[in-house]
Amino acid sequence: MTDSVIDETERRREATETSLKQLGSLIYEQIQNREFPWIMMQSRSSDNINYDDELRQFILGDRTVRRHSRNVRNIRPFTQFIWTAWFARELVRLRKTSTLREVYYSARGQRDIEFTGQTESDYTITDLEVALNTPRESFNIYPKDRGAIFGDLNIEYTFPPAYEGRMKNLTDNPDGAPIGRSLTSSKLVGTTADKVIVIEKDAMFSRFVEEKVHEKHNAILIQTEGIPSRSARMVIQRLNKDMGLPIYILTDGDPWGLHIAMVIISGSAVAAHLRGLTTPDAKWIGVWGTDVLKYKLPTENLTENDLKRLNELKKDPRYVDDLWQREIDIFLKMGRKAELEAFSALGLTYIVDEYLPEKLESL
Amino acid sequence: MTEIVYQSISPSDFFYRNREIAGFSNPSRAVYAAVRELLENSLDACERQRVPPDIFLRLTEVSASEGGTSIYIMRIEDNGTGLPSDQIPSAFCRVFYGSKYTLQQSRGTFGLGGTITILYGQITTHQPVTVTSSTGGDIHEFTMMIDIERNEPMILKHKVLGNKKGWRGTVVQLQMEGDYSRIKSRLLDYLKQTAMVSPYADLTFVDPGGRLYRFERGTDMMPPLPQPVKPHPHGIDVENFRRLVSVTKARSMKEFMTGHFQGVGSKTADKFLKLAGIGNRTRPSSMKPEDIVTLVRAAREFKDFKRPDASCLSPIGEELLEKGIRKELGLTENDFLKVVSRKPSTYLGFPFIVETALATGPTIRKQYKAGTTIIRFANRIPLLFDESSGVIWKVVNRNIHWDTYNVSSDTPMVVVVHVCSTKIPYKTVGKEYMADQPEVEKEITNVIRTAARSLRLFISRSIRIERERRRLDIFAKYLPKIAEFSTKLSDKEILPDIEPLLIAVGRPLPEVEQKIKEVPTIDG
Repeated sequence: MTDSVIDETERRREATETSLKQLGSLIYEQIQNREFPWIMMQSRSSDNINYDDELRQFILGDRTVRRHSRNVRNIRPFTQFIWTAWFARELVRLRKTSTLREVYYSARGQRDIEFTGQTESDYTITDLEVALNTPRESFNIYPKDRGAIFGDLNIEYTFPPAYEGRMKNLTDNPDGAPIGRSLTSSKLVGTTADKVIVIEKDAMFSRFVEEKVHEKHNAILIQTEGIPSRSARMVIQRLNKDMGLPIYILTDGDPWGLHIAMVIISGSAVAAHLRGLTTPDAKWIGVWGTDVLKYKLPTENLTENDLKRLNELKKDPRYVDDLWQREIDIFLKMGRKAELEAFSALGLTYIVDEYLPEKLESL
Repeated sequence: MTEIVYQSISPSDFFYRNREIAGFSNPSRAVYAAVRELLENSLDACERQRVPPDIFLRLTEVSASEGGTSIYIMRIEDNGTGLPSDQIPSAFCRVFYGSKYTLQQSRGTFGLGGTITILYGQITTHQPVTVTSSTGGDIHEFTMMIDIERNEPMILKHKVLGNKKGWRGTVVQLQMEGDYSRIKSRLLDYLKQTAMVSPYADLTFVDPGGRLYRFERGTDMMPPLPQPVKPHPHGIDVENFRRLVSVTKARSMKEFMTGHFQGVGSKTADKFLKLAGIGNRTRPSSMKPEDIVTLVRAAREFKDFKRPDASCLSPIGEELLEKGIRKELGLTENDFLKVVSRKPSTYLGFPFIVETALATGPTIRKQYKAGTTIIRFANRIPLLFDESSGVIWKVVNRNIHWDTYNVSSDTPMVVVVHVCSTKIPYKTVGKEYMADQPEVEKEITNVIRTAARSLRLFISRSIRIERERRRLDIFAKYLPKIAEFSTKLSDKEILPDIEPLLIAVGRPLPEVEQKIKEVPTIDG
């Protein structure tokens, strides 16, 4: 088993390296042919982002754009692009990882290539993802670690090199294992759990660990610290797809909570060029507007901003299903919202002892 | 009862009492004024002789006194006409004695600049002046003082020296009180600008510190000499008219008008006199004062006189002015210079010509601060003081909207303006700036605009070239990097050849550079 894991990782690493090398050859040949180097990629402009009902996520349309070095305005970004590709290849070749921020600073060390800000370097990295149809995690470029995972899940590290092949059970740390680059690149080996509960907030996650929800409900627990990072979404997707575990999502009962759940289910427009980040079968189980009424939760007024957001979501193609439309309407009608912590008014453990079992049962 | 004593004073006495009007208001200005008066006399003397001037000027400190003022020996040598020995004493030691009383353009007007300098030297040091001069024969050396009350020269010594080499010219040496240190930079500006406007002159100046400044001749070509002309009826005043009437040999007013004025032919004289109500046969000697006033007034109204004759003017000319400016500003072919000399026009019966030059570019940027530097000349005399009171300043800073010529406020630019006329419209006796006489102001505005149109072309082309250059720089900077990283990325060993691509982007440049070279030849 272990050998095959390493082989699989190694194969993916080599495939990434090859595609980067091919990109280099393409540009090299163009120069040799007395051509100003250029590459084609799918356009990421908003009119080329469509919602695919079948995939249940945003995808890029057919329109393409050309990144080229033909004029003064474009040659610098193009140079940055080719440098980024080279930098990614070095990361892959040397088995090193890096963060978006580090890429930005590494470019600062290069004369004339430096980005004017991290937005610019992030954009270039996204270009590379689109051009090679490969997520940046394959280039060993990660965002800041965010989110944690806890539960009876055995993983096998493939990274960093010193940890290659090492096994770990994710109940070891009661604070949860951070969803970082080592965990993201690990092989998921085995679990006794039969479901995954994703919670938006670390405080509630700690409550769940404390109250042994993972044992009582035989679940793996994940907290996302708000909008889940791409790493967290990848992990959730793999738990669902590779290990066949159903995913249940708990968020605050407000438009922002709704959207956290939706990003896990259908992804975001920004990541329309990527696959493998969405979990269409994941279920948002609360806090619904219905729950607020049913449990008579203490509430707060919806702000103007909340109302505006809810109306936006109502028209969003990802929210066409009945459940979403119904809950959005309830929130709009109530004009109120409730956080997960609102259950504390009914007793500290009420959410774990009463609400969660009722919810899971009702599915 | 108080007895009031009326006494007439001699012209020397008058200037002794009012020396500030001639520019000798304080010790530093006195040095400046003295150099200016003597140097201009020397330049005029050389030009009359049609020889390129070689002028040597030296200031030597004799003794320092308190408060920064010192006694200096000032010596100036020229290779001009020289003076006949019998005229030397009066020419230098009598006020209002001079050769400049005809109507033609010359640097001074009163012809008393040299004398007033000698007078100033005498009253501050009580030392005589030595004048050595030759018109080609014997050399005469006079040591003299001015009898101030009588306005007469007092000859202390007169030597006659042999002249085997046939030297011609004049040397003046005098002592005066002054303060060189405070006027040094203005004086050097003055010499530099004089050299600019007289590129055919060779000037050498040794300052009190023993330092030598040399302004080398840039050309042997000299502008044509101005021709003396009769006055124009529009420019005459009652007093001049009266004088002419009293000395004329003409027997009728018609003869008087045609004989003493320019632009008046037989028909015009008849028409004019009829209009003025004076019979054309009237004897000039019978003209009453009120008749003269009537006639002068009528002359101003009368439109049919010919335009004033400009042959009495001596503009520098575009070619010489360009030479002078290039030489003194050290312009290179990368700098812009446009010189425009306009046709003569007139104000109040006086002909005048305006010449201008605009210079900008890297050399100007090095020498001058950002913004506009104005260099003013009137009858080839640099004007250095009271710049912002004068009409040229007004034209440059108010009348011309520089942004329409692509000139931004931080573009370093030199504006040269030369006005020459038989009567420069000075605003004050100090003769440092010109009044805003409407015709003169309009003419200066037009001439600068003409030059500025060429400047606009130059600037917009410079901007284009700069942009083009930056564009090339960018390609030259990034293409090698693209080559480098694509080589590394594809595991190749040899860098791809980017030369063809660089050539492709570089092609337009020579065309643009060619265009910029054409700019100075574009006609205003």
